[in-house]
Amino acid sequence: MGIFVDKKSKVVVQGITGRDGSFHTRQMKEYGTNVVAGVTPGKGGTGFEGIPIFNTVAEAVKKTGANTSVIYVPASFAADAILEAADAGVELVVCISEGVPANDMLKVYNYLKSKGVRLIGPNCPGIITPGVTKVGIMPGHIHKKGSVGLVSRSGTLTYEIVYNLTLRKLGQSSCIGIGGDPIIGTNFIDCLAAFQADPQTTAIVLVGEIGGSDEEEAAKFIKKYVTKPVVAFIAGLTAPADKRMGHAGAIISGGTGTAAEKIKAFQAVGVPVAKTPGEVAALVEQKLKASESKSKAKPAAKPAKKAAAKKPVKKAAPKRAAKKPAKKTAVKKVKAVIKKVKVLKAAKSKSSPKAKARKK
Amino acid sequence: MKIHEYQAKEIFATFGIPVPKGKMATTAEEARNIAADYGRPVMVKAQVHVGGRGKAGGIKYCNNADEAFANAEKILGMDIKGLTVRRVLVTEASDIAHEVYCGIIIDRAAKKPVIMVSAEGGIDIEEVAAKTPEKIHKLHVDPILGIQGYQARELAYKVYSDPNTANQAAKIIQKLYRCFMESDCTLAEINPLVTTPSGEVIALDAKINIDDNSLYRHKDFEGLRDVAPAEESENEAREAGLSFVGLHGNIGCVVNGAGLAMATMDLVKHYGGEPANFLDIGGSSNPDKVVTAMRIILRDPNVKAILFNIFGGITRCDDVAHGIVKAVAEFKPQVPIVVRLTGTNEEEARVILAQSHLPAADTMDGVVMKAIELAKVA
Repeated sequence: MGIFVDKKSKVVVQGITGRDGSFHTRQMKEYGTNVVAGVTPGKGGTGFEGIPIFNTVAEAVKKTGANTSVIYVPASFAADAILEAADAGVELVVCISEGVPANDMLKVYNYLKSKGVRLIGPNCPGIITPGVTKVGIMPGHIHKKGSVGLVSRSGTLTYEIVYNLTLRKLGQSSCIGIGGDPIIGTNFIDCLAAFQADPQTTAIVLVGEIGGSDEEEAAKFIKKYVTKPVVAFIAGLTAPADKRMGHAGAIISGGTGTAAEKIKAFQAVGVPVAKTPGEVAALVEQKLKASESKSKAKPAAKPAKKAAAKKPVKKAAPKRAAKKPAKKTAVKKVKAVIKKVKVLKAAKSKSSPKAKARKK
Repeated sequence: MKIHEYQAKEIFATFGIPVPKGKMATTAEEARNIAADYGRPVMVKAQVHVGGRGKAGGIKYCNNADEAFANAEKILGMDIKGLTVRRVLVTEASDIAHEVYCGIIIDRAAKKPVIMVSAEGGIDIEEVAAKTPEKIHKLHVDPILGIQGYQARELAYKVYSDPNTANQAAKIIQKLYRCFMESDCTLAEINPLVTTPSGEVIALDAKINIDDNSLYRHKDFEGLRDVAPAEESENEAREAGLSFVGLHGNIGCVVNGAGLAMATMDLVKHYGGEPANFLDIGGSSNPDKVVTAMRIILRDPNVKAILFNIFGGITRCDDVAHGIVKAVAEFKPQVPIVVRLTGTNEEEARVILAQSHLPAADTMDGVVMKAIELAKVA
């Protein structure tokens, strides 16, 4: 399982003949990704190491049945490439390119949302379901198949944390880099909901950084809907205010978006925040052990049941998949979570009553 | 990229937003000549990339050209929040009957531009947003449709009761939105938007920040960049495709990726050291970027040790290793350098680095602790 990409993902590479595109196409193929097509306008009819190249994504989709696109084109062409992929009918677009203007992304985000196409990125490393497929630029060999879901705004910091997880034999279900820009297609909440719903995932790592309020929103969401253990890390405690720290989205402005605020938000909902990237794996290990012993103890212990009934939000571990009825409720719960996410997101975009009226 | 008020007003004017007449001066003599040319009272306004100019004494009313000279002489060279004033705007003074706030930013959570107006002009919008958010009227615009006339009118009528001024303001709101989108602003703000006693609505102040990612399609904006002496290293880094932010510690950091670079700084602090800088060499690194990075870091006399923390993905470790070898040969640095390279092409990198005999570390914690230790000895 894992989230968003699996063995059914048929990948078309946009910008396959560029320096980065060709290098990482080769790496993806070596990892086992099903790369079915490449697109470079003007080079249609040629090929790249056995992969057919097309002039347009539409043609690539038609001829090869590609359902996932990964974009390695320069930033100035990236918005166009994302829209092209969405209009060609792929279900998932992963945009690696860094430096896409924010105002382009405002239009692209809202257009893709109206079409129901998922975008990951831009300015991100992509997504990997270890042992199955990788759509992006992360070094495959540091990953290990397993049950920890990881979502991050960073690229290389994610590798650092994955590397440490793997050293501790904590494999991953999926690792997703959502990107360091202010406007990105997929946010923490989308990934948390997907990991909560993914049966392979038993624990979640969230890697945030300064700027914006996505981490605070994620903390609220975890409190309401996530029953799997979550461990967080936030980068940028030593970052000065009003300076863009590399990522266009990593900026403390008007005194908001600080690492301290974000750490506080997670701690307030019971999510431990690692002090160093190296500490993340140890915290995950602890959490998994604690939830294992908890779920083992639960079926027998009556008082635990009582306590659960009292709480308005059920905190029962969903991993009790041994009994069939329990499994059913787990599925129901997950469906409810996904529904709630949709409602929550809809409510958010309706913040302006005028915008709502106009849509109708 | 931040630009000055006088530059923002020039951009406003191209979108038809009414602004008072004004010209930039770098000497008091120029300021006197501009004021004499206008032949009426003027304001002399410090042009620095920071708020609170008025409170700092950087904005003065002048009855005539001689007063403009005297005030410009006081303001030029003045220090406002650590920035030295090197330019002033001399602009016609306006009588004010009424003032409001009007600004546009990107709402990251809603993923839409949001226009904000408030009946209280001249305010610190962040302070009002935090303390009395009900005083700010907001409109989220669908970026695909763009702003509609009725939306601008609805917003204008929330802060204007007179139809004449409300209509003028509605037109200005629409123009400001066009300016925001077409100029790739991350902020476009009129604070205050004033009504004169004769009923004219004009932008008395102007603030624009431009999205750095959009500069490739706004070649004309490049000339607007005013680099303060303290920001020269940042500017050089930017031109070389690096991100650099100077800090006050003694451990120079060269890292790939913004998140890892921040986490490396945090880790230096965690282990009792002080980072000298944030430096992200970015993806697709070529060896020359590493050379530039080293040049910028070595310029800082506080730096006592330099660490490299590279986790290869799109960045190839062998590229970085080539860069390190080249930079060491070129600068022959006197401070110790510790290197940690992991990820894409790390084997090749190890072979390249073996020739340079630099101390190496296997882990992020290791490289940081080693650098702190070496900085203490140095």
